[in-house]
Amino acid sequence: MSRPRKTNFRPKNTHSTKKSRISKKPQVPKKPWERRSPGPQRSLSGAQDPFAGPAPVPVAVVQKFCRIDKSKKLPRSETKIRSRLEAAEAQEEEISVKAARSELLLAEEPGFLEGENGEDTAKICQADIVEAVDIASAAKHFDLNLRQFGPYRLNYSRTGRHLAFGGRRGHVAALDWVTKKLMCEINVMEAVRDIRFLHSEALLAVAQNRWLHIYDNQGIELHCIRRCDRITRLEFLPFHFLLATASETGFLTYLDVSVGKIVAALNARAGRLNIMTQNPYNAVIHLGHSNGTVSLWSPAMKEPLAKILCHRGAVRAVAVDSTGTHMATSGLDHQLKIFDLRGTFQPLSARTLPQGAGHLAFSQRGLLAAGTGDVVNIWAGQGKASPPSLEQPYLTHRLSGHVHGLQFCPFEDVLGVGHSGGITSMLAPGAAEPNFDGLESNPYRSRKQRQEWEVKALLEKVPAELICLDPRALAEVDVISLEQEKKERLERLGYDPGTKPPFQPKPKQKGRSSTASLVKRKRKVMDEEHRDKVRQSLEQQPQKQEKAKPMGARPSALDRFVR
Amino acid sequence: MKVKMLSRNPDSYVRETKLDLQRVPRNYDPTLHPFEVPREYVRALNATKLERVFAKPFLASLDGHRDGVSCLAKHPKSLATVLSGACDGEVRIWNLTKRKCIRMIQAHEGFVRGICTRFCGTSFFTVGDDKTVKQWKMDGPSYGEEEEPLHTILGKTVYTGIDHHWKEAVFATCGQQVDIWDEQRTSPICSMTWGFDSISSVKFNPIETFLLGSCASDRNIVLYDMRQATPLKKVILDMRTNTICWNPMEAFIFTAANEDYNLYTFDMRALDTPLMIHMDHVSAVLDVDYSPTGKDFVSASFDKSIRIFPVDKSRSREVYHTKRMQHVICVKWTSDSKYIMCGSDEMNIRLWKANASEKLGVLTSREKAATDYNQRLKEKFQHHPHIKRISRHRHLPKSIYSQIQEQRIMKEARRRKELNRIKHSKPGSVQRVSEKKKRVVAVVK
Repeated sequence: MSRPRKTNFRPKNTHSTKKSRISKKPQVPKKPWERRSPGPQRSLSGAQDPFAGPAPVPVAVVQKFCRIDKSKKLPRSETKIRSRLEAAEAQEEEISVKAARSELLLAEEPGFLEGENGEDTAKICQADIVEAVDIASAAKHFDLNLRQFGPYRLNYSRTGRHLAFGGRRGHVAALDWVTKKLMCEINVMEAVRDIRFLHSEALLAVAQNRWLHIYDNQGIELHCIRRCDRITRLEFLPFHFLLATASETGFLTYLDVSVGKIVAALNARAGRLNIMTQNPYNAVIHLGHSNGTVSLWSPAMKEPLAKILCHRGAVRAVAVDSTGTHMATSGLDHQLKIFDLRGTFQPLSARTLPQGAGHLAFSQRGLLAAGTGDVVNIWAGQGKASPPSLEQPYLTHRLSGHVHGLQFCPFEDVLGVGHSGGITSMLAPGAAEPNFDGLESNPYRSRKQRQEWEVKALLEKVPAELICLDPRALAEVDVISLEQEKKERLERLGYDPGTKPPFQPKPKQKGRSSTASLVKRKRKVMDEEHRDKVRQSLEQQPQKQEKAKPMGARPSALDRFVR
Repeated sequence: MKVKMLSRNPDSYVRETKLDLQRVPRNYDPTLHPFEVPREYVRALNATKLERVFAKPFLASLDGHRDGVSCLAKHPKSLATVLSGACDGEVRIWNLTKRKCIRMIQAHEGFVRGICTRFCGTSFFTVGDDKTVKQWKMDGPSYGEEEEPLHTILGKTVYTGIDHHWKEAVFATCGQQVDIWDEQRTSPICSMTWGFDSISSVKFNPIETFLLGSCASDRNIVLYDMRQATPLKKVILDMRTNTICWNPMEAFIFTAANEDYNLYTFDMRALDTPLMIHMDHVSAVLDVDYSPTGKDFVSASFDKSIRIFPVDKSRSREVYHTKRMQHVICVKWTSDSKYIMCGSDEMNIRLWKANASEKLGVLTSREKAATDYNQRLKEKFQHHPHIKRISRHRHLPKSIYSQIQEQRIMKEARRRKELNRIKHSKPGSVQRVSEKKKRVVAVVK
């Protein structure tokens, strides 16, 4: 039998150089997307790699995956905590580069429509597009002529596979519009004001004349919620499982559909509510009022989170894009304005329309559709992140009736319009996000996948109290609590344990510990600290001066008294 | 005009046959995954609640001893074997997988004060109240043979503890003084002593194998160097230390279980301040043992509970107690860092899980991935008040709970008194001494 080998030979007296394995400085990785220029790579054949190093990644894509807001200043904390935050930031940089590289694996490209020789894309009609495009896409354009049961409102399910529409005279239907398979078709014998899918295609909420009804996708009436009466608009918040209803009585009611309880019934104190939309980024409800303001609501608070004055007359329609950066509003003053929601709440651009737009909708890639009368206009922007430019419309289409409902289909280049003549599905190349995530909303999901998704979605249902303007608030450092804790600790202990104790020079041997030398050492440390303080205050001063400058626009005689 | 519509081929999104896996295309763009932070928060909350639901750490109770269990020892090569010595002189060897006693030896008359295994696992040593040190074979006696010790050493005084060297054929006993014995000789190679009181326990350092630490009744912890056969230095605390345990990963760190309800982690090189004071017990701490990872240790206390502490924190992360478990005398952490064994006054040895909500056995890769993800989520949101409240919540027996409240009031009173004293005296006349420095009375080299 062989003797067991000793795995490491260590001479006995080398332990003094061993470092502790408990504390280690975080390793800040080098930026891998900057091209390194090492020596030429040699192989057996002598050939050299002309593109040495890792492939460069565009900075814009890397920025997309960065989540830490580096501009926020944090209060000074212990070195351990600060080093942990620095390590987290370094790790985020590395990971965002890897995520940006993984974009290579996305299979689909977005659609586009370009005119040749300076041709105006707005003049291209739907019939031309249908001719020029492949069969499968051409089949996505269809018209349902339903004149009998009144103007229609429509809603696509979250995966974009199913369509529900309701006519003013009570016609309610749900179908898989891709395969044109009808799921149910009923007449509820009452006026239908709005219709929405709940979390999946299995349930429908219909705002009827008197009360709110919930139907199965087979047409079976499941619930009649009498507390929500005379509802004009419905919005479903998918991650909170909340159905928000705006009523003629002026109440905004939130109904939790997973437990069946009314979470909040807020009195908007603005009269009749009939313009409502949700912000998909932070689940805040935007209500448009007749005095030209748009108010932002969360179920956690009785007062609106914010009120924005948008128009000179009543607001006619509001829409928010999928990233929550831009809000489009149109009013009775024939204006169509785009506001910046994530910074200053100021209008970015405005356009006068010959006729006010009664309906607005944003697509996943930032296209804006407006329905004015029986014409639908679509405006497009530069890329995904920029607001749509309102100069020239991208596409227009005239319908056979007045527009009553407008929604872009989630993962298809299709705009669904509900009008007084029925339903039209028109083609809008470049509207939709080409690559969906299979675990979030998958249009090709099987029954089993839908069941699993539903269970997981219910388990991670976000409580309604967490709805606020910044959805990332939970991940931020809670500065207020930190300060409060520091104050409490100071009170309890009588002194601040975080401050360094006054410097005590170590007693040294061989006569180096005389009073004079002790005083000298103390002085040295004190001067060092003083110099640091002065340097810090010098750094802060130019910041103060920068702040002072933009305050005074015009020079006045009293400027000499400003410090 | 140039036009292209987004058109997906369903063949690349839907599986071909029922026997294939489903295709799940992924896109990690944050705009497609809204509400990341609140959803992760809810998942972390669920993970914390489930952890409390599945926290069932008690595994088994080994019954058999006829008197309280006074010492435990681990087999160095076999994870399933544990040795225990009782207060009536009986030594039992248990098999943990079968949860049965496989061998029983009447080793001593009187208490079995200490038991330790040889590093190769072929024999073990016991010391008892009858002033003897006995060496026994680890394998049982073959058919027809009597249960006889391999070797017996008769001493003049009572020995109170024993520990074996981690690499060489040397062991140390303690009683009136610390004796280092060679296995072949009947008298110690050297005896070391510093002070006049009896020494209660001795431990060899697993990494720097020539170092020993011992605890004496005159409230000191003495460190010895075996090569020079002299004591190195000693630290005197406020109250007596019952045992010490060396950190198996850091060569110079040891933890002392003290009578003043606390545990002190010292760095051997700087004994004037403990690295950390671990306070959570409400009665004397009797035994301490480190996990093989060196990151946690478990302590057994007179207050009928055992607590698991992380090395760098001063509060315990876990407390185990049972109505049937009385004063816990000895505790050991198994060498695979998964289980904890404790021997108590009421003749039982109990086996617990080190991670209370861990699923035992072989996990599938999906289970492992889910467990890792949940663990990371809990760490990320551990400071949020709701999550912190749930993860810290432990049920305590009424005696311990009321003791904790009482001691908290007493500590507050002491703190307020000191604060008032400082406030009402000339500034600078009353020096503030840090809490850690206060505990060490003196360090003698």
